[in-house]
Amino acid sequence: MTRRPGPLVYGLLAAFVIGSALPLYWSFMIGSHTRERAVETPPPLLPGGHFFENVSRVLDTIDFWQALLNSLVVATVCATSVVVFSTLAGFSFAKLKFRGSSSMMGFVVMTMAVPTQLAIVPLFILMRDYRLLDTLAAVALPTLVTAFGVFFMRQYLLDAVPDELVEAARMDGCSMIRTFWTVAVPAARPAMAILFLFTFMQVWTDYMWPLVALQKTETLQIALDRLALTGQGQTTDYALVLAGTAMATVPLLVLFVLSGRQLVSGIMQGAIKG
Amino acid sequence: MTAPADAGTPLQPGDHPHRPEAGAGGAGKPTPGGRGGRQDDRRLLRRERRARWDVKIAPYLFVSPFFVVFAVVGMFPLAYTGYLSLYEWDRTQYARGGFAGLDNFRWVLEDPVFVKSVVNTLSIFVMSSIPQVIIAVTVAALLDQQLRGSTFWRISVLLPFVVAPTAAVLIFGSLFADRSGVINEVLGNLGLEPIRWHVERWWSHVAISGMVNWRWTGYNALIFLAAMQAVPRDVYESAALDGAGRVRQLFAITLPMIRPTVIFVIVTTTIGGLQIFTEPRLFDDTAQREGGADHQYMTMTLYVYVKGIEDQFYGRASAAAWLLFMFIIAIVLVNYLVTRWLTRRRAL
Repeated sequence: MTRRPGPLVYGLLAAFVIGSALPLYWSFMIGSHTRERAVETPPPLLPGGHFFENVSRVLDTIDFWQALLNSLVVATVCATSVVVFSTLAGFSFAKLKFRGSSSMMGFVVMTMAVPTQLAIVPLFILMRDYRLLDTLAAVALPTLVTAFGVFFMRQYLLDAVPDELVEAARMDGCSMIRTFWTVAVPAARPAMAILFLFTFMQVWTDYMWPLVALQKTETLQIALDRLALTGQGQTTDYALVLAGTAMATVPLLVLFVLSGRQLVSGIMQGAIKG
Repeated sequence: MTAPADAGTPLQPGDHPHRPEAGAGGAGKPTPGGRGGRQDDRRLLRRERRARWDVKIAPYLFVSPFFVVFAVVGMFPLAYTGYLSLYEWDRTQYARGGFAGLDNFRWVLEDPVFVKSVVNTLSIFVMSSIPQVIIAVTVAALLDQQLRGSTFWRISVLLPFVVAPTAAVLIFGSLFADRSGVINEVLGNLGLEPIRWHVERWWSHVAISGMVNWRWTGYNALIFLAAMQAVPRDVYESAALDGAGRVRQLFAITLPMIRPTVIFVIVTTTIGGLQIFTEPRLFDDTAQREGGADHQYMTMTLYVYVKGIEDQFYGRASAAAWLLFMFIIAIVLVNYLVTRWLTRRRAL
């Protein structure tokens, strides 16, 4: 092999990884000190013993658990819906022949390039007209389907399901929906998991649309925003704010540790085919 | 994968022989286990007809939920944006005013705050995308070797990707704080003047770009890595024999060979980078949160939000949204051409 990595390679990678982890480490550390200690010089480099104190202060300031629950509900609903609709449509585009399929797929790809954020004003007006403002439904609605999801499932199913398998199932007298269920879904399962993960994260971390659609109701990101607003400016209570960000980051970190491998393979897969 | 011989229903839409209707009408279920020849025949026929419809209709049924929902929550609002941008809107009555033509566009283009937001967006975008892509390619090249624990490294570089931008801004906000921030403290220890990250225009752009880069570089590195792994290894070996070093190999072989991926990353980074909202919104420590006291880091998306949602100038905000869209398309095109030129195949 011509490419045997030396210590320089490992060193550079380690530096990159440390750089990636440091800000997170910082938030957990400051979050575990008292408000006063958090702004002293030199800054604390090791965790202190006040994390749970700060946690309870966060719980006093924002309705953390409700926000967590709301985020969980919205992200789960959106991810489920995106996966179901995308798998159905993706299977159809990848494996079934029907008139207009290629131009419809072309349309899907085209809309991927249009940022949905552009439509926040009309979406806001629509939600207001239908009295959905400040509900979780308003947060979830715009992400119930994504063009990316359809594209992703189609690309995956093109190779994952051999045409003969679809034909065989039809020969056996399966209806289309049954073919979908017994042939496409089992083959698509890995891609479905990845798409679920991605959509979940995308909705979970979104800040702009919930900010538009919600007033009193909070998702986790909106709650964090409120937390940051409590001590804006020079008196910012960094111990409080960073304890809050640490708490809000933990759920996704857990997901990350559990599914890191799938996440990486998903990104790499999307790239090859994208 | 074997098909039993008795299931005789033909598959493809075109293959069906057109049989005369057998008067079975389709009402009522076929008798389960019916023995009589006529009955069997009729059942088969009915099943066949159903199968034919199934083949024709099912694909449309499968794609229609997507298109229906997408039309309602995706396409309609977008079209509505275009409509809104052409009308006056009464903010107090919440009613449509007269047809305004391109007045909203003119108003927005003449608004110095909007012009400022365009410059800011471009500046933050350049500072975030260029280093991001360069570092991502470098990290990918490092990962594209026979590493020990390669999975560990791959997962590790993705860590910032799971941190919500909201959390990232708050963390970086504390690091970049003008008075008490660690970064200024380090600068002080080095005998340098502290930087007013929140006040000075270009420095605020540096701070905001830093957050964006932090979150996305590892992600893009993995995308590059995926493409690099598809490059045949013997190409590198012969290049090495010809005396090409690592850097030379990267520019002469790797980048031209992964060109579609480079273009893909540049396009997605452009679309994302030009829509930055969370960072400038939350980085702001003034009460209005309109991208700094002097809008020194207000972005175009933030402008759309402030004008549309906070100030309720629906027409102007929609016009700004369309301008942002055209802006994105233009930059994507420019980037596409530049990328194609940069990654063109060169002789070794």
